[in-house]
Amino acid sequence: MNAARLRARLLAAAFALATLGAVELAFAVDNTPQFSDPVLQARYYGLTHELRCMQCQSEALADSNVGLAADLRMEVHKLIESGKSDAEIRDYMVARYSEFILLRPRMSLRNLWLWAAPGLLLIAGIVVALRVLRRRARLPIGEEPVGDDPVS
Amino acid sequence: MKRFLLPLGAFALLVVVLLVGLRHAPEREAKFVKSPLIGKPAPQFTLPQLVDPAQTFDSGSLRGGWHLVNIWATWCVTCREEHEVLLQIKQEGRVPIVGLDWKDEDAAAISWLSQLGNPYQVVLADRKGEVAIDFGVYLAPESFLIDPQGVVVEKQYGAMTVEDWRSKFLPHLTAPAKAGA
Amino acid sequence: MLVEIGHFAMILALALSATQAFFGLTGAALKRERWMSVATSAVTGQFLFLALGTATLVHAFVVNDFSVKYVANHSNSALPLFYRVAALWGAHEGSLLLWICVLGVWSIAVAWRGAKLPADYLARVLGVLGVVSFGFLLFLLTTSNPFERLLPAAIDGADLNPQLQDFAMAIHPPILYAGYVGMSVSFAFACAAMLEGRRDHLWARWQRPWTVMAWAFLSCGIALGSWWAYYVLGWGGWWAWDPVENASFMPWLAGTALIHSLIVTDKRGLFKSWTLLLSVAVFSLSLLGTFLVRSGVLNSVHSFAADPARGIFILSFLVLMIGGALALYAWRAPSLGSDVGFEMVSRESFILFNNILLAVATAVVFGGTLAPMIADTLGLGTLSVGPPYFNPSFLIPTIPLVALLSVGIHARWRRGQLSLSKQRILGTLAVAVVVALGVVYGIYGSTRLMTPIGAVLGIWIILSSLVDPLLQLRRRIALPVGVIGMTVAHIGVGIFVLGITFVESSTIERDIALARGQSHTIGGYEFRFLGVENMEGPNFDGVRGHVIVTQGNKVVADLFPDKRRYFVQGTVTTKAAIGAQWNRDLLAALGEDLGSNSWSLRLQYRPMIRFVWLGAAIMALGGVLTLFDRRYRTAPVAATASVQTTGEPVQASS
Repeated sequence: MNAARLRARLLAAAFALATLGAVELAFAVDNTPQFSDPVLQARYYGLTHELRCMQCQSEALADSNVGLAADLRMEVHKLIESGKSDAEIRDYMVARYSEFILLRPRMSLRNLWLWAAPGLLLIAGIVVALRVLRRRARLPIGEEPVGDDPVS
Repeated sequence: MKRFLLPLGAFALLVVVLLVGLRHAPEREAKFVKSPLIGKPAPQFTLPQLVDPAQTFDSGSLRGGWHLVNIWATWCVTCREEHEVLLQIKQEGRVPIVGLDWKDEDAAAISWLSQLGNPYQVVLADRKGEVAIDFGVYLAPESFLIDPQGVVVEKQYGAMTVEDWRSKFLPHLTAPAKAGA
Repeated sequence: MLVEIGHFAMILALALSATQAFFGLTGAALKRERWMSVATSAVTGQFLFLALGTATLVHAFVVNDFSVKYVANHSNSALPLFYRVAALWGAHEGSLLLWICVLGVWSIAVAWRGAKLPADYLARVLGVLGVVSFGFLLFLLTTSNPFERLLPAAIDGADLNPQLQDFAMAIHPPILYAGYVGMSVSFAFACAAMLEGRRDHLWARWQRPWTVMAWAFLSCGIALGSWWAYYVLGWGGWWAWDPVENASFMPWLAGTALIHSLIVTDKRGLFKSWTLLLSVAVFSLSLLGTFLVRSGVLNSVHSFAADPARGIFILSFLVLMIGGALALYAWRAPSLGSDVGFEMVSRESFILFNNILLAVATAVVFGGTLAPMIADTLGLGTLSVGPPYFNPSFLIPTIPLVALLSVGIHARWRRGQLSLSKQRILGTLAVAVVVALGVVYGIYGSTRLMTPIGAVLGIWIILSSLVDPLLQLRRRIALPVGVIGMTVAHIGVGIFVLGITFVESSTIERDIALARGQSHTIGGYEFRFLGVENMEGPNFDGVRGHVIVTQGNKVVADLFPDKRRYFVQGTVTTKAAIGAQWNRDLLAALGEDLGSNSWSLRLQYRPMIRFVWLGAAIMALGGVLTLFDRRYRTAPVAATASVQTTGEPVQASS
């Protein structure tokens, strides 16, 4: 698991190596120009954190140091500048790279089960807990655990 | 008391899911997602040719016959591996290969082709990588088989191999024409 | 030659593990003392051969024997000695070997400390550990043999991945594995209780310290991994909800629930079946993690050469061990109900909620990690799940969890009697709100909703954990070590919550191009770029930049971020430079050379990030402290004679 993690990183690097064949993994800290409008800059920040770097291991476009990520960040920048909405930009990317490029699964009927799961599980858990509690509250209390600090 | 069997039942279900997932694992090698372009018209583009940048190539020229679009680069180690196979495909003469040189240096590309042989009918230079984005390229090399109507029917991730060419690509060429993909 | 001896030693270890398993389990079933003691000897023997085998491989690394395939693939003569040894666990085969060795160490510890346990119980524990060891050794020897030769020998090795050539990354696997493997000890204890068909709850007291120790290791291991990712990858992220990370986090979540469930079972004989189920679950999650990262099942995990054959093996092992344990559970659990109860509001009920919420959290992570695979298998198309899903979803069970902690900590056993603590509860909450709002709006000026919530919850936990022990000290009542440990651990949770809250809400990141001499200010700190210079290391060269950070007129950090190119693999790694302080980090990382002495840089201001790992470390510390409690130092009540069918133990000693 952690050695798995090391291996994961190793493979991300080796993978980029093998496919890009690049001798350098240029750490492309984001060189796209900043937007003067903070609203647009915020949208850019949001989108580049929501889109996956396709060559990396669970990294977002914003955080990746491979060339393709830099290209795609520039693409997002251009799309925002040309007036496309966030949804349109996501669609644009999905049309080319499939839904895998999204780090946030889309809110759709198909994905409903994924998004609803935590809430449903929580409710189910509370229901189970209450049932157990009700049963236990009806049983005799038993003796105090001996010799121990009451709160420990 | 049957509720104590629930964990075992849930575990059995999980095992089934994992087993099925495991059987599909070879297909899922290295993040090979199913290309969303299959069945759709190939992206439109106009690019300068590698050898003579004054001449351009338009995607409209992809209609009227089968084409294999191959995205490659000199910095890509795996591309060297598939080069032999591409030369063989050119020998076979059934499908012309259109090369897309992805974010590369012209001089290096020209010298590579003259040293290793040129399997391409025409080579285009995608210096900024914009057309590659339209093709959804993220692993070099990648190859797209495009039918006479300009629709993408098959995609290859990574190096083209003889087996893949025979089993995945050739059948499209020999099958009777189907409407839509 | 030496390596072949090592290989042979492993085969002997395999035989001994089978011996241990057989004699331990059947010896206990047939109540044959001689057989049971064979199991104990087998543990020692197995450990010796494991040590021998591993030593030969370590030796091969140290002397650069590139005729061993594993060494050739992962080491290099220019690699510093420390990393040559650490390279042993840098890839699949070696990391499996590490797993097995750590299991050997834990087993020896159990055999030694467990001498005070009833003989048949100990024999069963060792027997189960033998089965686990057998399974892993078989896996190693048949599918993942690190002792293979490479002929002809390589002239030099392919080098260890540069990203792993780092101290934290080198020690992270052993510590993390100490945690994972320790959980198999916990599992073995639970299985032994089930195999025996015990109706008492003494085993919980025996199982507790081992579980807490393993949990502490796991906490440290995960924190180390997170810390490493933070400073090596250079973009300031410390948790990406990557499947490999999740694979280690799930056992931790379930492990936390297990610790608390064990407390209730130990104290009051309740929740026995929950505790047993959790013991199996934690171990299952560790094994599942192994499966997920080594079998190629997960789309986005291409770690450890994905090999479906290995996947089948692990899956079969999983089926046998977990299926067996759950069948055992289904058989024994129905008779474990107890007849005592507790009020709706009581310490027991708070712990119940604690465990349910932790279980939900585990399920959320589990679901998110497997969802892409499940969707793909069921033909529901491609699903991609990343931090934008995990972050909000994980908060759903964990916010109630941390909130309840501050209330439940005051609850007494059986009767809760929270009314007695009403003043303390409300008082601590009031103070927490005041302090939190003061910090959030006064110092950090954040405008997000989660920030004040997180800050209040974090501070409330710390105050609530302290208030009762401090009041007791004031009345000159001595605090048992167990209580001190619990307090420390919970304070660790509070610190952790604070860290996450502030780092996620008030971090400032900026990517900027700077020419030499130029500066840029973020968060009140001015970063001035002073250019780069070339540098060299034992197996790399590169450039080192110099960034000086000032606040007002004072220099607060002198940063030297670098970019290294490692000779052998040719990879370039970027090391961020970090100016750390207890309440904030300042980061600078080199981007690209833009020519004419100008570089692109990533600058970051990260408040309270240290609290994240500090919190985890304090949690682990608290856990370890509880191990010194008096109750564990007294001999366990012997065998079954003193245990009555009601399950109430005779209070012989603690």
